[in-house]
Amino acid sequence: MSETLHYHFDVDGASFANAGRASVETKKLLRQLGVPPEVIRSISVAMYEGEINMVIHAHGGDADVYITEDTIIIILKDVGPGIRNVEEAMKEGFSTAPENIRALGFGAGMGLPNMKRYSDEMHIDTKVGVGTTIELWYHLNKH
Amino acid sequence: MAKYTHSVSIDPDKCTGCTTCLRRCPVEAIRIRNNKAVINPLSCIDCGECIRVCKHSAKHASYDKLTDLDYSKHLIALPAPSLFGQFNHMNEADYVIQGLLDMGFSEVYEVAKAAEYVTDLTRIYMNGRQSRDPVISSACPAVVRLIKLRYPTLCEQLVPVLTPYELAGKLAREKAMREHPELSPSDIKTVFISPCPAKVSWAKSVMEGQKVYVDYVTSMNDVYMELLSRMKHDEVPSPEAASEAGIVGLGWATTSGEAASLMNDGYLSADGIDNVIKVLDDLESGTVSDISFVELNACSPGCVGGVLAPTNGYVARVRLHNLRKTGGMVVKPNDIRDVDESIAAGNISDEYTEEEAFTYMPEGAPNMLAMMLAMKKAEALADKLPKKDCGACGSPTCRAFALDVVNGEAKLEDCKIRTEME
Repeated sequence: MSETLHYHFDVDGASFANAGRASVETKKLLRQLGVPPEVIRSISVAMYEGEINMVIHAHGGDADVYITEDTIIIILKDVGPGIRNVEEAMKEGFSTAPENIRALGFGAGMGLPNMKRYSDEMHIDTKVGVGTTIELWYHLNKH
Repeated sequence: MAKYTHSVSIDPDKCTGCTTCLRRCPVEAIRIRNNKAVINPLSCIDCGECIRVCKHSAKHASYDKLTDLDYSKHLIALPAPSLFGQFNHMNEADYVIQGLLDMGFSEVYEVAKAAEYVTDLTRIYMNGRQSRDPVISSACPAVVRLIKLRYPTLCEQLVPVLTPYELAGKLAREKAMREHPELSPSDIKTVFISPCPAKVSWAKSVMEGQKVYVDYVTSMNDVYMELLSRMKHDEVPSPEAASEAGIVGLGWATTSGEAASLMNDGYLSADGIDNVIKVLDDLESGTVSDISFVELNACSPGCVGGVLAPTNGYVARVRLHNLRKTGGMVVKPNDIRDVDESIAAGNISDEYTEEEAFTYMPEGAPNMLAMMLAMKKAEALADKLPKKDCGACGSPTCRAFALDVVNGEAKLEDCKIRTEME
């Protein structure tokens, strides 16, 4: 049987103060469900990075969490500027964040590489001028 | 298996079933059932918030009464550092020590002194640690229990060293055994004077891997009442007894005191249980950088704000500040090597640690599929609820109520607002 739980969160792009709220809420749900601690840690790190990216580059967006018994999929979707060169963006230290954002300690060019490191699979679908959708996959059975 | 004895309880005669504690409980451990508050022991962290906010004095902390103590034994008082901030016009810590002896205690061993040893042990532990993740203080038992229940991946970041009062109990007992060979071990009893229920629970719960060094835990409130009548500032110019704790150990009574005692720049300190939760979330997301030590206290502004401490915590903080400045206290902290030379080697023996007490202990052991089905039903139900989070149904939020209904712990009819809206 395959039951799917779905949760939706709006990622508010207006301020940094709320960034991270979706990942904190998701973490609570996963803990209630009894998802293994290592998976919760990975999701909380990767999803937080994703949320921050959406705030920095895309004025926010949507976060959707789909949970089945063996897989968790996080979909982060924005209608921001898109990523011009995904390969380059995946390199550690590469950043297109504006100077004022970097001054705040964000935009160190670790966002995407960290998200990849803290997920089992990462799929990026992006188009310049249209937006970016990132899927983070976690396979529970392998743990 | 781990047995946790809670010290916070409810007096059903006084509880009116109002929703104050229900909505203020940081871990949503309270429900109102049959018009009385009920605490879920699986998720309660004994922080004492419900005692603090209850307008009807219907919440109690349980602890040992002074009348329960057997004064024929060799009783050693272990006063928490916060005790020294409770008294007005008190310019020397020695008066408190003398007052405790006059109350009938055979000896006093200051927890503040043990706190200075804990600082040493923490420093040694941090130096030998491989991971670069910041370590988290384990001195506040409410925070420790919160981490154990809800932050599985942060457990390994807790400093595994004994808390100051546990170490005080251990060292006081060893000292008494040395100095009084005529006493049998069962004649020596250590009595911790606690500012909060969380420390009562931690001391009273014998958990796996937790060592027991404290025989009784009393409330600071009770001791305060007794001490007031016995401390004679005016008549005795200088008491015989002398405080041995330094200004550093006394600093543990307020937030940042512990962290500052490490003489380490990269520390973060926070207090108030809601702030603590925010910091823990950030620590778990890995967003805190350049920090090596994290001090978290459930109460503001630190242990002086505990619900068993009689004086307003902010007033006590000022008094402690003055006492540390002008009380003629020892400036140089006590050194753990004075009690145990073997520690100089840089390795802490497991005599001073209780690593096993800090393992993850989830609130329930849910079957994931069963829980998914329940949460799915609850989500659908929550959509139909008024989303006012009024608490009148007895659950803290509409979402919590939905899950309670699905789990058979509440009935949909309990939501009166919903019936009215239809």
